This record gives sequence, structure tokens and C-alpha cells, in this order.
Amino acid sequence: MASAELTGAEIVLKSLVDQGVKVVFGYPGGSVLPIYDAFFEQNKIKHVLVRHEQGAVHAAEGYARSTGKPGVVLVTSGPGATNAVTGLTDALMDSIPVICLTGQVPSHLIGTDAFQEADTVGITRPCTKHNYLVKDTADLARIMHDAFYVATNGRPGPVVVDLPKDIMINTGPYVGPKRAQHSSYKPQVKGNLAAIKEAVELIAGAKKPLFYTGGGVINSGPGASTLLREFVRQTSAPITSTLMGLGAFPSTDESFLGMVGMHGNYEANLAMAECDVMICVGARFDDRVTGRLDAFAKKSKKIHIDIDPSSINKNVPVDIPIVGDVGHVLEDMIKVWKSTARKLDKKANDSWWASIAKWREKDCLKYFQGKDIAKPQYVLETLQKAVDGKDAYVTTDVGQHQMWAAQYLKFQDPNRWMTSGGLGTMGYGLPAAIGVQMAHPKSPVVCVTGEASFMMNIQELSTAVQYRLPVKILLLNNRYMGMVRQWQELLHGNRYSESYMESLPDFAKVADAFGLDSLFADHPDQVENLIADMMACEGPVIAEVMIDQKENCFPMIPSGAAHYEMILGPNDDQPTVSAKGAALV
Amino acid sequence: MDKMTERHTIGVLVDNEAGVLARVVGLFSGRGYNIDSLTVAVVDQNDDQSRITIVTTGTPQVIEQIKAQLGRLVPVHGVTDLTVEGPHVEREMALVKVAGSGETRVESLRIADIFRARVVDSTITSFVFEITGSTDKINSFVGLMRPLGLVDVSRTGVVAISRGDKPM
Repeated sequence: MASAELTGAEIVLKSLVDQGVKVVFGYPGGSVLPIYDAFFEQNKIKHVLVRHEQGAVHAAEGYARSTGKPGVVLVTSGPGATNAVTGLTDALMDSIPVICLTGQVPSHLIGTDAFQEADTVGITRPCTKHNYLVKDTADLARIMHDAFYVATNGRPGPVVVDLPKDIMINTGPYVGPKRAQHSSYKPQVKGNLAAIKEAVELIAGAKKPLFYTGGGVINSGPGASTLLREFVRQTSAPITSTLMGLGAFPSTDESFLGMVGMHGNYEANLAMAECDVMICVGARFDDRVTGRLDAFAKKSKKIHIDIDPSSINKNVPVDIPIVGDVGHVLEDMIKVWKSTARKLDKKANDSWWASIAKWREKDCLKYFQGKDIAKPQYVLETLQKAVDGKDAYVTTDVGQHQMWAAQYLKFQDPNRWMTSGGLGTMGYGLPAAIGVQMAHPKSPVVCVTGEASFMMNIQELSTAVQYRLPVKILLLNNRYMGMVRQWQELLHGNRYSESYMESLPDFAKVADAFGLDSLFADHPDQVENLIADMMACEGPVIAEVMIDQKENCFPMIPSGAAHYEMILGPNDDQPTVSAKGAALV
Repeated sequence: MDKMTERHTIGVLVDNEAGVLARVVGLFSGRGYNIDSLTVAVVDQNDDQSRITIVTTGTPQVIEQIKAQLGRLVPVHGVTDLTVEGPHVEREMALVKVAGSGETRVESLRIADIFRARVVDSTITSFVFEITGSTDKINSFVGLMRPLGLVDVSRTGVVAISRGDKPM
């Protein structure tokens, strides 16, 4: 018996290998040294040494989002764990499967305020899908496999396994990942067939149907995107997507109305307001999508497909809820649709598309590129041309550049777009790009960022250089926290309180110091060459473009407004935001 | 201005593991739900599972959310809304300490008798009453004891179970 026993650290490593883990993002420290020791003489798992634990989690998120596999993080106790909290919350909000292994002080020191002790399970309880404190090496293998099961089944999310140092040194038996069923966590995957039939009935009778799709389609796997495309074609209904769902449906398809929501397309938001049947597929009626709730999509019956029962009726009451995995439910829906040979009313559908064509005429993404200074929209359109057909992966940070990227880049496939949607974490983009590039070493990976976000995890440049990861950082520099500045302009009477940084670094020198290349453009004529050079770079590169400081991100639903009350551009009537609206985020 | 709120009694069967109560309580505080009362104890032979009874108030939409949010916690085996799932029995127990002498002391004993409260501790200057019943009954009893020398109250909170032969 004793000969079959492994140390806790060996059990951790073996369970990672048995779960198919290839890469771990981490940072060592006192309490995880036994695990790092087990990592030392093995070559099954590659360890990527980040420069800050938040970066490790974002890198794991990028890895997970771009592969569909869980991302794995290894950090030490105390500050290692607390630094990971932002990343864990980010993964929870965007439903990204991450397993975060945290070191912990030895069991007998827990509760004594020991050096680098923190109540990690207490701190991470509300920001993980589930967490574990391992109290006995005999339970370790089961908990490790449980963690993977919980992170990846149902609505995915982050799981923390807290590992006291003595548990890593003690020995215990190893058990493999095969198990019959989790005793309590059994998410419903197949949708209720009666509800599916009812939904098909409702869609078939619709005069103005609309698909509203989200990150759930991506999380369900590439098969779900294929099924979505088929069903949209079958019904010939228009489709819009949330920020998190971009890529599930080709952005260049005629049926695609563009992104929906606060900075979504005019035609998408108007279609949401005017549709008579809304088919919500793996989206969650987030406040960025709905605008003022009491004015949201009042004319429609709503079908809501979601694997998480708590998403149903949370913000918006729906008529036909279908709890289940998007892929499974769409498959059944298409079967029912075909078997009953359904078709939408041709005349009604034509007139629905005619209304959409009218909204499209507004050309809500138009902008004016002057002669002197580059417009961010132009930079992103140029980037789109450069990556077209190259199967590129794009990550972003958070703010104006993120919305412009979502508006102007054209995604064809799922898992190519990594952005911090729910939490809106500045500093996500660079480490996420590192995670993506680790998973896809041969593919172009572009991190679209702004100077303020970029500086929040700029230390990860060192990681990119160490692992020779050729991430392409397209830095849109307007010297402002652009979205903050925009809100201050529109909602706070142009009082730009603390949204301007007096002393930005010289990013070319930053690149030089970290040991990577840099490119610079401060004139619109240079943008095309800059992006071509960036794409041609063989190593990591910062491509900085000075953009118009005053450019605002339009279209926009001002806070507190209904989702059909969009401002289309700077010449539109500026919003009069009520006190109630100004109180909203 | 508030929409109509309802009072619901919810039973939750959970794994008897460290931190499970913190998960449930954290869910309520984190999402701004009310807890009117909460009780928890191990209920199976092997000490594997505990049953939590929560009394909460909220709009029908909030109550639905509470049940869905509880249901998706990993160590939760089942959630039952006793208020909507048919007839059920609700009980609460309280220990009520009353100090006094003379006529008020006699009066407290008389009222305790009417409420079928038992005396579980007695000194020359005090009684401790044990009373079981609905929340309303206990509220009335405590209210009556207040002018008679009420010193301390300790209540269990509501425990509840469905009527009939079915498990939750």
C-alpha cells in the first residue's frame, strides 16, 4: 500500500497530467515550493512564469477562452492568492473555466496569522464557482478531479483549490479522474422537449424574430456555433450578439446586425426593441444590453436558452425558459423545426428585413478620418484588413478601444475574441494574449489596448519576452482614460477629473528596456505601414498609434436611457441624462 | 413603491462540510436578499448532510432567484420551497428568561400555562420558559412577558417540514 502512495505535490502534478493539462501559469512562493519541486524534473507540463499573479489568471483565461479547455494557475499563499482575486472574479463574470491552485500555510498554522497566511477560501468564496481547502492528502486526488469537473461542467467558472504545505509533503493514495457522477452537482444539459417544441411553434409564428446570442454559445463549444449558423439560416431571421458572443456567428454575414448593447449597432438595438419574438441563446440580459429595464424589448415574447437556471428571469422575465446546454438545445430545436417543416411567413419576414435595412442606412459606425490625427476607428479598420483571412486571435483591455475593436473587427469563428466583458478588468489584454499565444504558437495574436489599461499589467511584457511569445500589442494612445473622459464629457460637464495622465512613459523605451520591438505612428498616413510592420514582426512588439484625444465611442445608449434611444455621433443631440441615469454605471 | 413581497420558508439539503453555511449566508448578503431566520443541523445517520431552513422575504422574482442561486451551489443537494410546495409544518422554539417577584411573577407563570410553555429553570427571582410553536405565537408570548420582567430571549429560528409521507 505504502509503495503506491504519492506525496501531495506528486498527486497534484499527476492529476494535472491526467486531466490533460499542458500549460500552467504561475508564480512560486514559500508555501508552494513542494509543488514547484515536483514540477522541476518533469516535461509533461510547461510552466509559464508570469510577473504578477493577476497576470497568471488572465493568461489562463486567454488560454481557456481560445481553446475551450480549462486554464490552470498555480500561486502561493497570502499575497499570491489575493493578487489572483481580480482574475478569478473576471473568470466568474465571464464564465471561463479556470483551476487556480493556491498554496497555504501548513495546516497547524492556519488561523494563527502566520507569515503569508490569508483566508483564501473565505476571500475567494464569492468570486469562484466553488472552492476547496484540502485538509487531508487522502482527499487530494478526488478534490483535484472534482475541481476540473466543476470548472468545466454546467456554466463554466473558476475553482480554487487551497493547498496547505503539509498536505503537499504528506503522502496519500492517487485515484484517477474517472468517476460515475458528482454527488450533488449535476447541471441540466438537455433542454425540456416540450419547451423546445413550444419555442419552435413561437418562432414559426413570428413576424419579426430576432436571435440574441451570447458567450454561452462559445462556451458550449464550436459545435454550438455550427448549429447556431444552421438554425439562423433555416429561419432566415436576423441575429445580434453580445460582446462575449462575438465570433459565434460570422460578423460579415448579411443576417448579422452587429453587436447589441450600450455601444452596439443602431440596427441591432432597434431590432431588439421592435422584434416580436426574441430568441436569447446563451446570453444573460446584462444591463449593458438592456438599457433601462422598464423600456426593454416590450413588444416581444422571449425564449431564453441558458445552462444556468439562475440566469432565467433574473433581470428580464421570459416567456419560454429552456434550461440546458446551448448546443444540445439548438440541436433539438433544429430537429423539431425540420421535422415539422416550419417556415417563417415570407411577407412578414420581408417587411421585417425592410425595416432593418432602413436602420442600417443610418450607417451607425461611420466616422470621419481627417488629415492630421488618426482616428481609432480607422486604426481598427486597418487592422481588420491586415488580419482578414489570417485566423487571428484578438484580446483587448477595457474601455473605448475595446468597444471600437468589438465594432470594427469582423470575427468569423468562435474562440478568437478574448475580452473582459462582465467585470471590465483593465489589464486583462496583455496577459490574456500571452495565454492565447501559448495555446496557439503559430497564430497571429493581437492585443488591442489603450495606454491606461496597458500600464495595469505592463510587467507581463517580461513574460512575453522570456517565452518568445510574438504577441502584437496595438496600443491606441489618446493620453486619457478614454471611456472615463467620455463619460465626464457627456455626464459631468467636461470636468475631466483625474482621467488624464501627466507623465506617460515613452513606450518605445519601455519596449527597448523589456527587450522587444516597437513601432510608432502619429499620423494617419503611417497607420497602414505600422500595422503591416506589426503583423510582420517575428517577436513581441508594441505598435503605438497616437489617436484623436477627443474621439468618443458611438453609437451609445446613455446611462438610464432606453435601448432604442441611441446617440449616433457627436452631432446628435447630446443626452440629457436624468439624475437617476447619472447614478448608474 | 416596493412591489409586493412574500414570506417564504425554504429547505436546503447540503453536504455537511466546512464552509457550506458561509456559502449560503454569503449568497444572501452578497446579492442583497433578506434572511428572516436561518437554522442548520446535521440530519442524516452518517453526518454527511445538513438541512438548512431559511425564512426569507422578497418579491416573487427575488424568491425565484434565491431558489435558483441556492440550487447552483455545488454542495447543495436539493432546494424546496415549503411555502409553495403544499402543506407543511413550521415550528420555532424559544427560551425566555423572566425575572420578578410577587404578582408579576405569578402572572408570568399563568400566561406561560396558557401558552403551554414549560418552566425549565427556576430561581426565587426568575424563570426560564421553554416555548414551542409558530413564530407568531412566540412573538405574542415574548410580547406579554415584556412588562412582566423579560430579561433574555433565545430563539432557534424556524424549522419546517412538509406534511405527508414524501421526502423533500
